[in-house]
Amino acid sequence: MSLLALEDVTAFYGASQALHGVSLAVGEGEVVALMGRNGMGKTTTIRAILGLTPARTGRITFAGRPIAALPPHRIARLGIGLVPEGRRCFSNLTVAENLAASARKGEWTMARVVDLFPRLGERLGQYADTLSGGEQQMLAIGRALATNPRLLILDEATEGLAPVIRQDIWAAIRRLKAGGQSILVVDKTLAELLPVADRCFVLEKGATVFAGRPGELTPALQDRYLGV
Amino acid sequence: MSPREKAATLALLALLPAAALAALLLGETFYITLATRIAVLALAAVGLNIALGLGGLVSFGHAAFFGLGGYAAGVLATNAFNAEPLAFGLAGTTSMPAISLVAVLLCGLVALPIGLVSLRTSGVYFIMITLAFAQMIYYFAISWPAYGGEDGLSIYVRNAFPGVETAKPFSFFVLVFALLLAALALFHRLQASRFGAALEASRQNPVRLAALGISPFSIRLVAFVLSAMVTGLAGALFADLNRFVSPSMLSWHMSGELIVLVILGGKGRLAGPLAGAALYVAFEHVLGGLTERWQFFLGLVLLAVVFLARGGLIGLLAGRPRHG
Repeated sequence: MSLLALEDVTAFYGASQALHGVSLAVGEGEVVALMGRNGMGKTTTIRAILGLTPARTGRITFAGRPIAALPPHRIARLGIGLVPEGRRCFSNLTVAENLAASARKGEWTMARVVDLFPRLGERLGQYADTLSGGEQQMLAIGRALATNPRLLILDEATEGLAPVIRQDIWAAIRRLKAGGQSILVVDKTLAELLPVADRCFVLEKGATVFAGRPGELTPALQDRYLGV
Repeated sequence: MSPREKAATLALLALLPAAALAALLLGETFYITLATRIAVLALAAVGLNIALGLGGLVSFGHAAFFGLGGYAAGVLATNAFNAEPLAFGLAGTTSMPAISLVAVLLCGLVALPIGLVSLRTSGVYFIMITLAFAQMIYYFAISWPAYGGEDGLSIYVRNAFPGVETAKPFSFFVLVFALLLAALALFHRLQASRFGAALEASRQNPVRLAALGISPFSIRLVAFVLSAMVTGLAGALFADLNRFVSPSMLSWHMSGELIVLVILGGKGRLAGPLAGAALYVAFEHVLGGLTERWQFFLGLVLLAVVFLARGGLIGLLAGRPRHG
C-alpha cells in the first residue's frame, strides 16, 4: 500500500481551475520525482496534499487515511514534512528556534540535523535571515526533518543555489534515501533528480500525463513534457 | 538578549524600587504611590505585551480584562464589607490572594470565548472585534446599579495580604513590584520557550507554521488567554491601589492607554512595558501639572516614537530589537 496516494485530484484558485486530475503515489521508503514545466501544477499539487489549497474532488490518502478534509496542521501532524519553495525560514527566529519550534519526538533530533548539515551547527544562535541562501535551504530541510515526518516533501529545494551548495543538498537527499526516508521531490534539474528517483510523475496542464520509472522517461518524452 | 539590553533592563528594574525607597526615606508618600502606579500599569502592559509584542495580536480590548480584575476586587470586597453573600451562597472576601486568584481565573474564562471568536479574524477586524467585546462589558458595568453603575465602587479598606501591611504605601509597593517581577519572569520564560518561538513564527507566517504541524490558532489562543490573565491581575491591584473601581477601567481609552504603554516602551521587549509605564506616568505627572492638555504632548512623543524610535524607549536604550 502506498504511503501517499492521490487519485484524480482537482483544485481551484477561486474560479480558475489549477488541477484537472492529478494522480500519483509514493510508497514507503521511495523517492518520487514530481516533474513538469512551470505553471503545470506541481506546487499546487503539494498545496493540495497539505490542505493549503484544498482539493475539490478526487481522493488523497496518507497511510491509508483520507486527509483531504483535514486542516493543514492536522495533515502535517500525521507525518508530512514540507520544505516549501523559496527556502521559507522564520527570519525572526534563530536557527535553533527554527528547528525547535515545530519539532516532534522521534529519531531526528537537533543533534542529528546538525550532523547532516554541519554548517547549521556553527550558526545555531544566528537569526535565520543572516544565513546564506544555501544555509537557509539546509535550515528549511532540517526544520522539516525535526518534525520527524514519514514523508518529506521538497519543493524546488535546489533552485537558485550555487553548484557547490546544490551538491551538498543532493548528497543530503541521497543520505536520507539510504536511511529509508520517503521523499517526494519537485526539481527541474533532471541530471541530478533522475538517478535518485525510484519513480517519476509528470504533470501537464494540471493533470498527470506520465507515470513510470526514471528509465522509461525517454529523451523524446523529456523533450515533449519537460523541454523548453 | 544583548548585554546592553540586559543592563538596561536591570537598571530599569533597580530604578523603580530605588525611587520608592528614596520617597519612603524622604517621607514623600505621594511618590511611593506614583511608583506603585507605574508598577501596576507596567504589569498590565506586560500582559498585553504577550499578545501584542510576542504574538502580534493588536488587542484593542484589554481594558475589559483590566476592568474585570478591578471589579473582581471591588465586588468581593464590597460583599465582604456588607457581609452579603455573592451568588450561589459564596461569601465575599478581603483576602488579596483569593481576590487575585478570582480575578485571574475570571479573566481567563472570559478571554477564552472572546479569543475563540476574535482570533478567527486578523488585522483591523481583530482590533474591532476585541474593541466590541470590551465595549459590551463596559456598558454592562455602567448599567448594573448593584455595584455603583456609572459612579463606580469604593473599596473602604485596602484588601489584606498575609504578612504584608497593605495599608502602608511602601509595603503595598513591594507587593506589587514582586508580582511585576514574577510576571516579567513568566514573560521571559515564554519568550525563550518553544511556545514563544512558535508564537513568533505564527506572527511572521501562520500558513508556514500550519504546514509544519502547529495550529497557529491554538498557539494564539493560549497567548491571548495568558495575556488577559496577567492584565486582570494588574486590574485587581489597580483597584486596590486607588481603593476605587469604575467603568472607566473598562473603557476603550484604557485599552488605548495599554497599547500606548507597550509601544512607548518597545513592544515584544522584556522591559518595554516597564519603560513605557514609567515614561507615561512621568508625563502624566510632570506635564499634567503644567497643563490640562498634557495628552497633546504625549501624542507628539508617541508620533516621535513611531517615526524615529520604532523600538520604543528600550530600543533607544538597548539598541535594535530581535530580527523581524
